[in-house]
Amino acid sequence: MPEPRRRSLRSALTSRPAWGQALVAVLLGALGFAAALQVRVNDAEGVYPGARRGDLIELLDSLDAANARAEKQINELETTKRELQTSTTASQTALLEARREASTLAILAGTVPARGPGVVIRINDPEAAVSAVTMLNAIEELRDAGAEAIEINNSARVVAQTYFAVSDGTLTIDGAEVRPPYVIDAVGSAATLSVAVGFPGGLQDEVQALGGSVTVEQTDALDVTALAEERTPEYAQPAP
Amino acid sequence: MIPVLGLVAGVVAGLLLQPTVPVPLQPYLPIAVVAALDAVFGALRAYLDGIFDDKVFVISFVSNVVIAALIVYLGDQLGVGGQLSTGVIVVLGIRIFSNVAAIRRHVFHA
Repeated sequence: MPEPRRRSLRSALTSRPAWGQALVAVLLGALGFAAALQVRVNDAEGVYPGARRGDLIELLDSLDAANARAEKQINELETTKRELQTSTTASQTALLEARREASTLAILAGTVPARGPGVVIRINDPEAAVSAVTMLNAIEELRDAGAEAIEINNSARVVAQTYFAVSDGTLTIDGAEVRPPYVIDAVGSAATLSVAVGFPGGLQDEVQALGGSVTVEQTDALDVTALAEERTPEYAQPAP
Repeated sequence: MIPVLGLVAGVVAGLLLQPTVPVPLQPYLPIAVVAALDAVFGALRAYLDGIFDDKVFVISFVSNVVIAALIVYLGDQLGVGGQLSTGVIVVLGIRIFSNVAAIRRHVFHA
């Protein structure tokens, strides 16, 4: 390339105007205008207005698919929620029933204190003539009359495993000595229990024949506080 | 000097007037801008080489813009508008890079 014909940027910016330059200026102006416009449109309106139909359809499709996925997920989660609620209700009911049964069994097993109407039976036995058999008969009579919780001398709770014995002339209940006067607290129907003590040939007559005396006091609120030892069966297993 | 003033005036007008682009023309405007940029850088290189010609610039500018828009329009009709406009942008980008490289050699001698 011939050296004289080369020009510099400086001469380009300082050369004199001509008609051709004016035309070039117009074209460059159009370019600047369009570029500025496009930048502004891009900023202001985002990508959707200028997008092609195919692109838009693809976008719509993907949105539809995402929507369907989300709805499916919602359905699954709601099903799970319902299942969980159902099982929660069922387990709550089971828990309530189990608690009720446990408290019933606890009273029967004598592991919790009991309260209710009942009778306080005082057996005065100055001659220490009341034997284990008499005491057992008294308990059996009370049970027959519907006593639900029984304790003797506020120390021995009478339950299914309770045994009466005599050691060295002293009455023992579950191995613990019990001395007269004997006080039997029995929770149940007070009237029925009184009758069970006082019928002819019953506890009252028996003790009187032995030289003692029996008093029966009915009460509306009797606390049975003595507890029986909690026992786990060592040999017996639930039969299938 | 006048062309530079024209460019500045165009940018200012585009920013100040805030016209809207007709929807049918919207896909073609960015392609047209890139094609025009290619023509401008080609012209600048020719100017520095000393072979610039007003007529050649005007024709190349207009034909660049028209052909680029036409290719994209054709692509749209054939259903490959997106890919074809990407192709046009790539080709024009390569041309702009080579032109700018030539300009750089002129200005910085490197």
